[in-house]
Amino acid sequence: MAAPETTPTQGPGIAGVLPIALALGLFTWFASFLPTVAAGEVVRLAWDWVPSLGIALSFTIDGLSLTFSLLISGIGTLVFLYSRTYLGSHKQFARFVLFLASFMLAMLGLVLADNLIALFVFWELTTITSYLLIGFGHEGANSRRSALQALFVTGAGALALLAGFILLGFTAGSFELSEIVKLGPQITSDPMYPAILVLVLAGAFTKSAQFPFHFWLPNAMAAPTPVSAFLHSATMVKAGVYLMARLHPALSGTDVWMWTLTIAGVITAVFASVVSIRQTDIKQTLAYTTLMALGTLTALLGQSSEYAMTAFATFLVTHSLYKASLFLMIGCVDYSTGTRDANALGGLARAMPVTAAAAGLAALSMAGLPPFIGFISKELQYAGALEVQTSVIFVAAGALAANALMFAVAGIAAYKPFWRPAQMEFARTPKEAPATMVAGPILLATLGLIFGLMPGIAATYLVAPTVATFLGTTEAAKELKLWAGVNIPLFLSLATFALGFVLYALHGRMRAALAAMEPALPNFDSMWDKFLVGLKAFAAWQTRIIQTGYLRQYLVWTFLTILLTLAGTMVLRGVMPAMPDLTQVTWMSLALALLTAAGAIMAAVTGSRIMAMAALGVVGIGVAMLFIVFAAPDVAITQLLVETLVVVLVAVALLRLPSLDRPGESDWRPRDALLGAAIGTVITLIMLSVLQQPLDLTLTDYFEATSWPEAFGRNIVNVILVDFRALDTFGEIAVVVIAALSSYALLRTTDKGGAK
Amino acid sequence: MSSIILRAGTRYLAALLLLFSIYMLLRGHNEPGGGFIGGLIGSTGFVLYAIACGTGDARRALRLMPQNIAVAGLGIALLAGLFSVFFNDPLFTGQWLFINPDPATGDKGLPLSTILVFDIGVYLVVFGSVLTLTFAMEEEI
Repeated sequence: MAAPETTPTQGPGIAGVLPIALALGLFTWFASFLPTVAAGEVVRLAWDWVPSLGIALSFTIDGLSLTFSLLISGIGTLVFLYSRTYLGSHKQFARFVLFLASFMLAMLGLVLADNLIALFVFWELTTITSYLLIGFGHEGANSRRSALQALFVTGAGALALLAGFILLGFTAGSFELSEIVKLGPQITSDPMYPAILVLVLAGAFTKSAQFPFHFWLPNAMAAPTPVSAFLHSATMVKAGVYLMARLHPALSGTDVWMWTLTIAGVITAVFASVVSIRQTDIKQTLAYTTLMALGTLTALLGQSSEYAMTAFATFLVTHSLYKASLFLMIGCVDYSTGTRDANALGGLARAMPVTAAAAGLAALSMAGLPPFIGFISKELQYAGALEVQTSVIFVAAGALAANALMFAVAGIAAYKPFWRPAQMEFARTPKEAPATMVAGPILLATLGLIFGLMPGIAATYLVAPTVATFLGTTEAAKELKLWAGVNIPLFLSLATFALGFVLYALHGRMRAALAAMEPALPNFDSMWDKFLVGLKAFAAWQTRIIQTGYLRQYLVWTFLTILLTLAGTMVLRGVMPAMPDLTQVTWMSLALALLTAAGAIMAAVTGSRIMAMAALGVVGIGVAMLFIVFAAPDVAITQLLVETLVVVLVAVALLRLPSLDRPGESDWRPRDALLGAAIGTVITLIMLSVLQQPLDLTLTDYFEATSWPEAFGRNIVNVILVDFRALDTFGEIAVVVIAALSSYALLRTTDKGGAK
Repeated sequence: MSSIILRAGTRYLAALLLLFSIYMLLRGHNEPGGGFIGGLIGSTGFVLYAIACGTGDARRALRLMPQNIAVAGLGIALLAGLFSVFFNDPLFTGQWLFINPDPATGDKGLPLSTILVFDIGVYLVVFGSVLTLTFAMEEEI
């Protein structure tokens, strides 16, 4: 299978360097905004896109979006560097890099967009690129399934989100986020608020994998490791969190906001931390801890206090640093040893000292030990949890449980593989991963330590401006410090360490107990499969009923639908035309009407095909004559010509088909006759009631007045077609061409090779 | 159909129909007619020719594939619509040029416009599509 010209020395070429330069350039550019934004300013760029609909390509750089942009482009740089070695010899590496770079740009667009519609477009772009990246190993059925699952879940959420955005835009009177967040209580008191909230949260919860939509995220780990590190821990899954944060000033503060986010967040966090203990694949373990982080961020966003907002901003940065680092680290381990099984790995510290150091630094931050930024972040979480307006016990207990479990998981993921005695012989001798691969983890993990030792840097440039996005001023941010005195958060931290240590010691038994319990618990993943099976069965069932393959059946359904909607509307609205005044009917129109009716009846009852065709021709010509009587020559000419062509085409087609009836068989079909008569009656009644309305001549007058002076034409029909409504006409002729080409293709393919 | 009378008559009739279709196309802006009607009339000329002499002869007489004509018509109509970009007008705004206007008599002169180009596009689309369909039906069924 392997192409002979592919040699192991073949490097990734330009595809390896270009994206690194792109990401690094963007990172530098964003970093140049740091002093401006830290001073509390907001930079705004805008171009008109669809001005008539209020849609603009407008971008805002404020604390929140700058923090996200720096994380995206910074981690992006390291991930591209890492991929260059990790996947550089893959034969579709260029494609991979293209997907990943497109994702990065879409994600940057998402966090920078100031317009709801633009934000939505970028949102969908991240969904699509995420689908392509999860399914990158598309030869595997599991990859395809996971990719499709992620696409469906987040795509369905995105549809709800679009509806929510449109409602929000109309309620607020603007699609610009910077305008919307200024309105505050005006939106939360609007009657549309509950609908907006439900729809927006549906989008945010599916994207950020909140319970009960969490199941797609662990499956998304089918993607290559750099993708997991980038999309499914540090950036894309935070899009939902970002959205909730961005709309926080406009939508938060109500009971329903607080309770929904608190409950969903805490349940997700605790549930995910417990399940992460159960996993043996370290990558899966880390995937569930990502869910825990997303839950914590969501729960923090449910609040509005200064502590909660500061904790949100700090934990956002902290988590991205240590989690991306750990994901890249486990990729290095996998690259070196060929396994990610927590039970198998051990004793790697000697062989892979740099990876072990990175893992250790990141894990200490994750466990929340001083002097890492993770410790400060955890203290702030507890301080925020103690101030919640919903239920302090619920939130604080949830945070304690989740953080203690994180402590244990940090030990499982980063201590055990390196420091316990070797468990087995590996397929290949483990050795340190190349410098390009360890650079990312070690850099990110060290940043966690630097921010912890010098919290002022993170506070001034990232946390305070982010908090200003929520609360209006950088002054509102709480100070980040390692020693905050003896207070309740400190005791909670000590309790976390103690509990976490016990949990780590017991994790083998917990894992066994959880594995034993698993069959009894609801499995969302298999419920998803059942849902898909049910959906397909429903589609097959309704297709069997409605689309039988008989043209006659299709016509019955079509006309039945028309009849029910039209007649139903008439009955519900109480429309019933008065008896028309028949004294003014001229003998000529009466004769034409009778001729047309006679043709129609003849076409229905005749047993001969050529007769039916001729009768239909009579109907068409009768209608054309009526047009002439009522002075519409253009329509009449068109009708006559089309009628002629139809007769030719139908003659060609029908004459080669078998006879309409078998001799001796009754041709009486009362159901069809009834349906036909009913449709005719309803249409007649509608026409009569339309004619009895006063005719609105505004448009007619407008075209009569402007046709000659503005469009230089006296034939109003044609002027409307080619000038006033030229865009419509263009759409119609495009349809004509498509119809002609597709019927040509159909005719060409069906008869090929068959005997004439 | 092998009728020598029909074949002989068709030669003149088809030519007349084509000529008449162009007349209908050009008068369309002020009198009944236009691209749509013109295209239909023009195509009936070739449909008649195909019935009398067979689609092979009709295709040879047409020289171009009818589907190409239809697609070209669509392209011409699109270009006519895009032309307004140069004048900073919205899409599909008609652009006019009057040659030799005579203000004394109120004569606007010979009008040239993107509207006519658009109408020619419509003509070609209808003409090409109808013939695509008819020829295929006659040949395949």
